[in-house]
Amino acid sequence: MTMKQPSPKRRFVTKRFSRIASLRRSKIAAPILVVAALFTIGTAFGVASALPSAQQTPVTSTSPLVSQGKAIFLRGCSSCHGLNAEGGNIAPSLIGVGAAAVDFQVGTGRMPMMDMSMQAMQKKPLYDPQQTAALAAYVASLAPGPAAVTNDNLNWERDGNIAEGGQLFRTNCAMCHNFAGQGGALTNGKYAPSLMGVEPKYVYEAMVTGPQSMPKFTDATITPQEKLSIISWLQNVNHEQNQGGASLGRVGPFTEGLVAWTLAIGLLIGVSVWLALKAK
Amino acid sequence: MSTNIERFQDPGLPEHVHRNADHDPAAEKRAEQQVAILFLISALGTIGTIASYIWIHPQVYIYIPILGSTNVQQMCVGLGLTAATLCIGLGAIQWAKKLMPDTEQVQERHEFRSSDEDRQALTDTVTSRVEEVGIARRPLIKRTLGLALGLVGLSPLVLLRDLGPMPGKYLDTTDWTAGTRLMLDPANTPIRPEDLEVGAVAQVLPELPAGRERTLENIGKDAVLLIRLRPEDFNLDAERLSWTYNGIIAFSKICTHMGCAVALYEQQTHHLLCPCHQSTFDVTRAAKVIFGPAARPLPQLAITVDDNGFLVAKQPFTVPIGPSFWERNSQNG
Amino acid sequence: MADKKSAPTTRAGKLANGAATYADERLGSAGYIRKNLNKIFPDHWSFMLGEVCLYSFVILLLSGTFLTFWFDPSQRDVVYQGAYTPLSGVSMSAAYASTLHLSFDVRGGLLMRQIHHWAALIFMVAIVVHLFRVFFTGAFRKPRETNWLIGIGLLTFGIIEGFLGYSLPDDLLSGTGIRIAEAILQAIPVVGSYLAFFAFGGPFPGTSFIPRVYMVHILLLPALFLALITVHLMMVWYQKHTQFPGPGRKETNVVGYPLMPVYMAKAGGFFFIVFGVTAFLGAVASINPIWLYGPYTPGQISAGSQPDWYMGWLDGLVRMAPPLETHWLGHTISWNILLPSLVLPGIIFVGMTFYPFIEAWITGDHREHHLLDRPRNVPNRTALGAMSIAFMVIALANGGNDIIATHFHLTINGIMWFTRIGLFTVPPIVFIITKRICLSLQRADRDLVLHGRETGRLVMLPSGEMIEVHEPISDAKKWTLTQHQMPDALPAPLPEEALVGWKGKLRKRLNEAHNVQVPAATVTELKELGDHH
Repeated sequence: MTMKQPSPKRRFVTKRFSRIASLRRSKIAAPILVVAALFTIGTAFGVASALPSAQQTPVTSTSPLVSQGKAIFLRGCSSCHGLNAEGGNIAPSLIGVGAAAVDFQVGTGRMPMMDMSMQAMQKKPLYDPQQTAALAAYVASLAPGPAAVTNDNLNWERDGNIAEGGQLFRTNCAMCHNFAGQGGALTNGKYAPSLMGVEPKYVYEAMVTGPQSMPKFTDATITPQEKLSIISWLQNVNHEQNQGGASLGRVGPFTEGLVAWTLAIGLLIGVSVWLALKAK
Repeated sequence: MSTNIERFQDPGLPEHVHRNADHDPAAEKRAEQQVAILFLISALGTIGTIASYIWIHPQVYIYIPILGSTNVQQMCVGLGLTAATLCIGLGAIQWAKKLMPDTEQVQERHEFRSSDEDRQALTDTVTSRVEEVGIARRPLIKRTLGLALGLVGLSPLVLLRDLGPMPGKYLDTTDWTAGTRLMLDPANTPIRPEDLEVGAVAQVLPELPAGRERTLENIGKDAVLLIRLRPEDFNLDAERLSWTYNGIIAFSKICTHMGCAVALYEQQTHHLLCPCHQSTFDVTRAAKVIFGPAARPLPQLAITVDDNGFLVAKQPFTVPIGPSFWERNSQNG
Repeated sequence: MADKKSAPTTRAGKLANGAATYADERLGSAGYIRKNLNKIFPDHWSFMLGEVCLYSFVILLLSGTFLTFWFDPSQRDVVYQGAYTPLSGVSMSAAYASTLHLSFDVRGGLLMRQIHHWAALIFMVAIVVHLFRVFFTGAFRKPRETNWLIGIGLLTFGIIEGFLGYSLPDDLLSGTGIRIAEAILQAIPVVGSYLAFFAFGGPFPGTSFIPRVYMVHILLLPALFLALITVHLMMVWYQKHTQFPGPGRKETNVVGYPLMPVYMAKAGGFFFIVFGVTAFLGAVASINPIWLYGPYTPGQISAGSQPDWYMGWLDGLVRMAPPLETHWLGHTISWNILLPSLVLPGIIFVGMTFYPFIEAWITGDHREHHLLDRPRNVPNRTALGAMSIAFMVIALANGGNDIIATHFHLTINGIMWFTRIGLFTVPPIVFIITKRICLSLQRADRDLVLHGRETGRLVMLPSGEMIEVHEPISDAKKWTLTQHQMPDALPAPLPEEALVGWKGKLRKRLNEAHNVQVPAATVTELKELGDHH
């Protein structure tokens, strides 16, 4: 049996592979490989370290988080608050308001304010928590101000006293927010919002920063422990069972009168009509 | 023009229509059963009420749509009572409607008016008896009787004098005098200017001498609201400006309209709102009334700082605080 | 000697016979009781409204008595250590603490509190709706003017009783209301500060007010109610109830059902219905949760503070009052308080009180009336009533302007201005519109009599025209729709001598306005129509 001769193309490829194979076995192959590997790793590391890291906490005004915050600020906030957050006719200065104010306003979605009405309304936040933190870092970098808090480091369950919180709430808060934190009217369409279901950190930050119409409650006038008591009381009221049935909104006699004029007399007139109708 | 207009006449009571239960024994039985069932439900309701009262734990709560989380015993005792009473009523009414005779009956009304003879007899009797009393003939008796009866009604009124003390000068003064320290409410600690930032408020009461307990009557006159603004925000004359301290201004918290606590401070507009009747006061202009039924601004308390750096009153209020009264000379606030 | 034919045979019958004989021997009651068992009562659903008031009052007495066994009407200070922990260690009055005790420690205590308060609200709603029924049907005319006066008295005292009642627990909301009441007293010229100090036993809030109003709330006013209600009912009983016009019903008769058994069953059953509805609300709907308000102190206030609804119109008037005060020779007169809380309500209530006499003066009608008016047939009175209701509703709305503002995204300032202006501009418009509607309804009645009821069936005539078939209404209905203009139903014209002078001219103008009516259909007109529909 005669061996078939390989085609010319096959012969060319075989020759090339033979060449690489022999180079692989040469003495210089190992050093070349090591240098190539080092070069690759070093380049990769250099590239990777140049990307901004999300875990980094801002330390200086040139830190990446602050820069990110500034970029977001210029895009989304400066048109009202000014290029340097100095404020103007339509929006106040943010210099000195601190990270707490930003965490509150942006975290609850009040800012950015979408319409120029009397009051910024709470809505779905535009920025996610990371972006909010960046904005807060930027504003905090402008001037010293109250720091943001987190729900975890507010130990209201341990340190807050519900009864004391109720006393404080009724003295300092109920005149705007109503006796059960249901909210209330201010002048010209402004309002104090309901406090039900508001996260403890936002309650704390609001007391400290005095957003919009709300006055500030400094730590000297309501101590941090007293603020925790207020939060305890609010949490309690929010989850408090209704001893007597449907709460009717916890706004007082207004809804009670409505129920009397609709449900109560309606039922009674209904029965009266039935009573006087001739039976079949 | 036609003079003989014929009008519709009363056709009289309509024919009585019998009910099913009147002629159909099955319908009658059904109606009886309906009534009986209602009375039975009532009985069960009462049993339920008593059972709930005795056996349901008073601190158990349950979530019900619309009602929210509600106290079970309260609701069950109440619903049991509802069934117990409502169903007696429904049963009785159903009984009347379906089974008791429902033929409309007619009864004549009687005239109220007495006969002329009776009226005349009354007039005659009264005239003769009055003549017998003879008061017209006896002016001495008439006058002294009038005096006695008139006076005897006065004693009960006079006996009520001790219902309360005379107001005297009570309404004109408060516990605030020169040097009285401002104390935080409810913490009862003194306060320094640096404790307040611009835009902050504090509820304060006067420091009372040692041993004296604060009463609600004191609070009703002494309650004061401290507000801090930037000094350039004020629009005050020189005297009122001198009653402020570094942008901190103090007002009586008792509304000059009808006495509710005014503490709703709008930080951005510098307005104080009273939630009772919506009187609005402008803090920058010494609590001038800008909306609502209040007729006078909130009295301003002059404040300064003592040697230890605590906020104190400079002088008492210069006008009576709170709602107006006849004796109040309100010309100047 | 008892007739053998009529002697009772059953045990119950023998018992009843024995009791009746016992009473008759001493009171001569046989004839009286028999007559009243046969008494006829007319049956219409709107006649039950007064019963709702009566039964609510009974429920108030029963539930209120329960509450008095635990309530402590004292303003002495106590420190709370009871079951409601959010108020632990808080200083409060004994009245407030005892109300907390009733709500959290006494089984059925909160239920009774809620039944009591709901019954109070229903009582006032029913009084007002009953007043509407009596007013719009003209049931206040002779011989029932006195009953109208008693009714207005019950309404007025009811408002006061309710206000005092919900102020007893001494909570933040009701305490604020008392503060406002004290300011009204204090504002009265000359004697105001004295009255306030006497009422409160000294400066506000003092410790005498709650105990004193407790006595008024549980003794004086209930006794007054009992007396007034008794006279009110006795007059209805003696004068017999009015009835709506209809076939067989005349001014001189009453058509209905006898006291026993039908009326007893229906009216007696209705008491249990009212109780049941009130108990239902007490079971499932929170009312006056005083533990959320906190104890009263003059230094605190809640946003959205309102009185109970029947005082809401007063609150609304006070809110919208212009800030008027005069300072005269070292004295102050607060028009901003006196006008909306005393003068204007005084005018309204005096007007309401004297209305029967005013209307009698206008119409010159001094006859007895036992047949009710259909409201459309008295357009002027109906329009006046609608106008008054519009006034009250606007005032009431302003009383809740802060809650309305937050829930409907309006402003308290806007609502205030709307009601300030609307209070005087809207009622006249409502008057005109209502009067026009009444006259339209009269025209509709007229058409109904002359042309019959629209059946909704369409028929094509041979000519191609489409017409709707009308069905003639019954003779009974024809009578009901036209009886108000029978010659003996219309009042006589005013005598000439009554029309002189400015009073007479005014009377003539009012009389003419009052008598504006669409002529009712007559048989003559119906015959003239012939076959035309």
